[in-house]
Amino acid sequence: MTKLSQAKADVKEFVGKGPSHWQPFVTTKLRYLADWGRKYSLWPYPFGTACCGIEYMSVLMSRYDISRYGAELVRFSPRQADLLVVAGTISYKMAPVLKQIHGQLCDPKWVISVGACASSGGFYNNYCTVQGIDEIIPVDVYVAGCPPHPENILRSVIRLQEKIQAGADFPRGMKVEL
Amino acid sequence: MARPIDIVRAKFADEVLGVNEAREEGPIVVKKDRIREILAFCRDSADLSMDFLMDIAGVDYLGRDPRFEVVYNLYSLKFKHRILIRVPVPEGDLSLPTVSDLWKSADWGERECWDQYGVVFTGHPFLRRILNHEDFVGHPLRKDYPVQGRQILRETVDYEISREGLAQSDGIGNFVEVNLGPAHTATHGTLRSKVLLDGEIIVKLVPEIGYLHRGFEIMSEQVPYQHVIPYTDRLNYCSCAMNNTCYAMAVEKLLGIEATPRAQRIRVLIDEISRIIDHLVALGVNAMDMGAFTNFWYAFWPRELAYDIFTKLCGARLTTAYTRIGGLSNDIYEGFEADVAGFIKGVWAAMNDIMALLKKNRIFNDRVRDVGAIGKDLAISYGFTGPNLRAAGVEYDVRKARPYNGYDQFDFDIPLGEKGDTWDRFFVRVEEIKQSIHIIEQAIKDIPGGPVIVDDIAVRLPDKQAVYGSIEGLMAHFKHIMHGMRPPAGEVYGWTEAANGELGFYIVSDGGPKPYRVKVRPPCFYYYAAFPYLAEGSFIADAVVTLGSLNVIAGELDR
Repeated sequence: MTKLSQAKADVKEFVGKGPSHWQPFVTTKLRYLADWGRKYSLWPYPFGTACCGIEYMSVLMSRYDISRYGAELVRFSPRQADLLVVAGTISYKMAPVLKQIHGQLCDPKWVISVGACASSGGFYNNYCTVQGIDEIIPVDVYVAGCPPHPENILRSVIRLQEKIQAGADFPRGMKVEL
Repeated sequence: MARPIDIVRAKFADEVLGVNEAREEGPIVVKKDRIREILAFCRDSADLSMDFLMDIAGVDYLGRDPRFEVVYNLYSLKFKHRILIRVPVPEGDLSLPTVSDLWKSADWGERECWDQYGVVFTGHPFLRRILNHEDFVGHPLRKDYPVQGRQILRETVDYEISREGLAQSDGIGNFVEVNLGPAHTATHGTLRSKVLLDGEIIVKLVPEIGYLHRGFEIMSEQVPYQHVIPYTDRLNYCSCAMNNTCYAMAVEKLLGIEATPRAQRIRVLIDEISRIIDHLVALGVNAMDMGAFTNFWYAFWPRELAYDIFTKLCGARLTTAYTRIGGLSNDIYEGFEADVAGFIKGVWAAMNDIMALLKKNRIFNDRVRDVGAIGKDLAISYGFTGPNLRAAGVEYDVRKARPYNGYDQFDFDIPLGEKGDTWDRFFVRVEEIKQSIHIIEQAIKDIPGGPVIVDDIAVRLPDKQAVYGSIEGLMAHFKHIMHGMRPPAGEVYGWTEAANGELGFYIVSDGGPKPYRVKVRPPCFYYYAAFPYLAEGSFIADAVVTLGSLNVIAGELDR
């Protein structure tokens, strides 16, 4: 007996044991249901400032196609987005803008820091570059690379989905690193 | 014909402090007292006719008197010659007369020089910070400013637009001030302009840049010559390989060497592939700004094919760092020709699709024809180069004017526009893609044999076999890693035709292992300076299309 037919038989047996007015249903918490919906309909705001922005374009394009993960509908208004994708170097001149945009995003909101510059300043350790955007806004997922490979950016979206689904059960202080 | 340095020396014999005879373009060192007169002479003299002010670079020689130096870089379209004029400026009297009324490109060049070095240009109409934020104290590229002297900006500084002399057209309401950018759909990342609107017409536009100023120039002073190559990748990140080539060629010029014939040919191939993918993104984004999103998908597909080639060549998709000083990091792989043929096929397919959608499209034609036009003289004065200058009908292409890497062996044309409007800029890029394909097809036929990097132990790292197999190889490796390559002291300007125009590196060497100063001449910087002229008086939607057609890349603009 294959696995599938085994499962069908199990269900049949279970249904047979149920009350006569049995209806198929699923029990869950409302929060889990909401998180399940959220994770498959992320609306990113692409804060693409530099080279990583070009690779983020690749992710949106047909070969890597982020729409397979339900996060392709980029919005250029922070009011319509819930995922801030910071792709590129942030200078001190840009920092207040980034902070303001993050404040304008709708709750619940998440931040992906794409690439070495956004995550740590990269190899620009000098007078004008912010050494990682986590100095100014909270970050959910860091993506390594200069610039990261598009598959790496896709993986960050999947990891973020896991984090969203886990919700409050996500271990505090646990870092999501790629 | 006399060299420009000789003409200037003959005319201003008392003013000249020294001349570098070794190179055609100099530099020539002159006193600061009559600099404005000398520059005006260069521009107006019939023998020189320097109609381009390509760049203004500042240099800080800490511990020397006079401490600072400003370098003017002039080019003549008529005679195809160039002159570099170095002007020492003492710390006690940090002022030079402005030349922003002679060349419009001097406006932003002088602002940058003031921002980074504190050289005051007297008479400049708007001498304000340009790359750093308004609250910044000090001048960061001075040698006594700490490299990591960070200054935090708490709030974006908002500035007033002066409304003097502006009259309301119909008196319905007041002028409206709108911020375009830096986080805006149509400003491609980091460009900001503050516009004053009368209805939907732009009355005044003040551009602000520096939102991606990440210190390319300060970082390249901190690392050895070879290590600057990855930084150059991130200047124009749409066509990284071309920046590598330009930088490597500038350092080679400083060293007095030339890459091997095989390396030169492969550089041509990589450069032209990069030019194609850069133009494709420019076209796709420009069409997307008009709402023609489909073109963006079509234009992006061949980029992926090019990324495949780059990945096989050097392991990286976008930021290649494939070039080395003296040649290339490694040879091409087996099957390279077939991949390039596949890429060209992909480009043709994409171009045919895009042309079928756009060329006779009524909406597209209405949006781009006669929008954002700039005339020949003004384009030259603003320091336009590359496709945007050629769209205005000026025939200047470094590949023809001063062939490098054997470009003179190939048969190709320079596409020219007529009016310099968005239509011309769009279709000059389309034609350039076709010419680049033509060059690639010629260049790939007979790639010369031989090594891909010069056999000079002072320039390149030895082979691993030599390092582990012989004491000489090990010593050479050790010397390279510990002491670095040491070019002779001096200064050099190397320039090539990058995807966006003339890209140049002004490199100062003090004989040490690190560059003393690297100044980039970014083509985009001077495009964006002309944006107020192009946008004022047009609809706000047209300004967006114009901006897209200029193809301003923030990484290069702000460095």
